[in-house]
Amino acid sequence: MSDTSLRTPLRPLSRILPARARGENTDQIEKDNIRKRHEQDREMGRATAQSRIILVGLIFVCLYLIIAVRVAALSASEASEPRTYTAGSSIVEQRRDIVDRKGRILATNMNTYSLYVEVPHLVDPVGTAKALADVFPDLDQERLIKDFTGKRKFLWIKKKLSPEQKQAAHDIGDPGLRFGPREMRLYPNGKLAAHVMGGASFGKEGVAAAEVIGVAGVEKTFDQALRDPSLSGKPLQLSLDLSVQAAMEQVLYGGMKLMNAKGAAGVLMDVHTGEVISIVSLPDFDPNQRPHPPVEGHPDDSPLFNRSVQGVYELGSTFKIFAVAQAMDLGLIDPETMIDTKGPIKWGRFRINDFHNYGNQLTASKVIEKSSNIGTARIAQMIGTDRQQEFLRKLGLLDPIEFEMIEASGGKPLLPPKWSDLSTMTISYGHGLSTTPLHLAAGYAAIANGGHKVTPTLIKTSTPTLGPRVMSENTARQSVDMLRRVVTEGTASLGNVEGYAVAGKTGTADKPDPRGKYYKDKVIATFATIFPADEPKYALVVTLDEPTDTTGPEPRRTAGWTAVPVAAEVISRVAPLLGLRPRIESQESAAISQSE
Amino acid sequence: MRSFLTLCMILSVVGCGYWAYQENIKTQAALTRTEALQDDIGQARARLSILRAEWAYLNRPDRLQDLANLSYDRLGLLPLASTHFGTVEAVSFPPKENINLGISDVMTVAEFESQP
Repeated sequence: MSDTSLRTPLRPLSRILPARARGENTDQIEKDNIRKRHEQDREMGRATAQSRIILVGLIFVCLYLIIAVRVAALSASEASEPRTYTAGSSIVEQRRDIVDRKGRILATNMNTYSLYVEVPHLVDPVGTAKALADVFPDLDQERLIKDFTGKRKFLWIKKKLSPEQKQAAHDIGDPGLRFGPREMRLYPNGKLAAHVMGGASFGKEGVAAAEVIGVAGVEKTFDQALRDPSLSGKPLQLSLDLSVQAAMEQVLYGGMKLMNAKGAAGVLMDVHTGEVISIVSLPDFDPNQRPHPPVEGHPDDSPLFNRSVQGVYELGSTFKIFAVAQAMDLGLIDPETMIDTKGPIKWGRFRINDFHNYGNQLTASKVIEKSSNIGTARIAQMIGTDRQQEFLRKLGLLDPIEFEMIEASGGKPLLPPKWSDLSTMTISYGHGLSTTPLHLAAGYAAIANGGHKVTPTLIKTSTPTLGPRVMSENTARQSVDMLRRVVTEGTASLGNVEGYAVAGKTGTADKPDPRGKYYKDKVIATFATIFPADEPKYALVVTLDEPTDTTGPEPRRTAGWTAVPVAAEVISRVAPLLGLRPRIESQESAAISQSE
Repeated sequence: MRSFLTLCMILSVVGCGYWAYQENIKTQAALTRTEALQDDIGQARARLSILRAEWAYLNRPDRLQDLANLSYDRLGLLPLASTHFGTVEAVSFPPKENINLGISDVMTVAEFESQP
C-alpha cells in the first residue's frame, strides 16, 4: 500500500461500476480515496522529518564531542611556548641587572649548575660518596655514605658549582649524580657597595630551576620589581657612582685603620636631588658570600650591620647648626648677635659645659665656629621645645627615612622619652637625640640647597626634586657661611681642601655604655660637610666609630683630629671624580673657556 | 558534461590537497628553523650576559687599582686629583689654517648639527 509506484487510482472501476449499478454517488468513493492518499503522504513526511532531526542531532553531538575531546586534550597536555613568537623578546634572565648611575654593572646573573643525587640510580654509593668528599672537602664522607645507603631517595649536594667543580663531579661518572641548571646572582665588584646590594639567595628550588630572591639591601626592597618579567632586560639604575664609591671605601678604610677605629660610615649626597652618590659602612662583606647574621654580641660588631642607615648615634656638635639656623630663620638672632656663653649652665643636677672656656660672650657665628655647647643651649632656650621639635621633624630628623634599603626602617631615631627643656638644650648640641649618618646628611643637604627638605634616594633621578621649604634661602646661605668659617678658622681646620671651599661642622659624642652612662674613652667622631661652599652641590658625612689618633703625645679622639682629615681626603679624592673643577680665585676667569 | 565537471572537481580537490600538504611541510620546516634560530639567539644572549659580567669583573675598581699600582713604573697612573684639571689654553690645538673639516658654509654646518 505504501509503495508510491503502485498508487491506487482515485476512481477504481472495481468500486465505481458496482456503485453505479446500485445508483450510488461515485464522488464519495473519490473523496474517500483522496483522503486516504493525504493520510499516506502525511505519514511519509513525518518519517522524513524525523530522520532529518535525528541526523542534525547526530551532527551536533559529533561537533560537541570534537570540541570536548579538543578541550580535554589541551587541558591535559603540557604547555609549550608558541613556536612562532617574534624575535626580540629577551627573557633570558629571571632577575634584572642592577647598574650604577653611569650604567656600570653592580649585580648581574650567571648560569651555573646545582648538584643533586638520585640515590636509587647510584651504581656505587660508597665509592661515589668518597669521590664526592674528595672533590668537595667541606662535605662529610661518613654522612654521605649514610645518606646514600639509607632510605633517602633524593638529596641536594651543592646549590652552586663552579665549572671546574662541575667537571670534577661529572668525572666521577656515576649516573646517580645529576646537574640542575641554576641562575645565580653575581656581584662582580665584590665588596663594593656591599650593604647597598645586600645579597640574594635561592627561594623555592626545583630540579630544573630555582627562584632567586633578594635577602637584603636594594635586592630585597626591589625584589618584586627585579623579578617583574615585563621589565626584563631593563636594568635597575641606582644613583650610586661606582668609581666614587670605590674611592670613598678605600679612603674610609685607610682612615679607619689609621685612626684605630672599629668602624666607619660615609654618606655622599647630591643636595639638589637627594641622590645618594656613595654610601659606605665599614667593616663590610662580600655579597657573593653573604655571612650569616650574628647570633650573639652587639649587632654593630657584625659586618652585616650598616652604620650609615641602621646605626643610630648621638652625632654631637654637628647638630648645632640646626639650632642656630632655626633661630636665624625665626628672626631671634643674626650671625652677629652676641650670645651669653658664661658657664656652666646648671639645670637641676645637670651641668652644661664647654670644652674650653670661651669667655662671657660670643657672636652666634663664633658659637658655631668654636662649637660652644653653652652658646647653643642658650639659643635653644630662645627657640623653645615645641618649635625645636617641629623644625627637626620638618628636616626629617625624627622619623625613620623612607630609603630604598630594607635596613633603613631599622634606623629609627632615638628620641628622649620626655622632651623636657633640658632635652631641648642638650639636643641642640647633639646629645639626647640619636640619628643615623644618613639623617644628618639629609639635614645638611637641606641647608646646602637653599632650605628645601631633602629625601635621600638610591634611584637615579634626572631632575632636581625640591621638597617643602624648611628655612629661608637667606638663613641657609648664612648657615653655609658659618660652616665655612668652621673650616677656615674653627675646629675643622684640617678639613680644608684646596680649591673646593669645604664647609662643615665637627661632632664628637661619647658612646653610651650598656649601663646607661657614657664611656670616657670611646667616642663617635663625625664631620658633616657641604662642598663647594660658594655653590653647594654635595653633602658628605663621615663618621668614625671609636677612633683614636695616636700620632700625638697623647691620644686624641675629637672629630677635628680624626673624622676631619679623613673627610678631607675623601673630598680631595672624590670631588675630581664628580667632575668638580677646583676653584682657584686668582685664575678663575682664565680657567673657564678658550678665548677667541 | 556532468562527468567532466565531476572530474574537474576531483582534480582540483587533489590539487588543493597537494598544495596544502606542500605548504604544511614548508611551514613546519620554517618553524623548526625559527626554533633553532631562537635557540641560537638565546644562547648568544646568555653568552653576552656572561661576557658582560666578566667585563665588569675584570674592570672592578679593586683590580684596576692593583694593576695601576703594579705597573706604576711604566704607566705612572695616579688617582684623579684636583691638580689634574687643566685649562683650555694649555691644550696645543693644531694651527688654525690646518683645520679642514670639509664643510665651508654656515648652512651646511647648521644642517650637520641638527642631525642626531
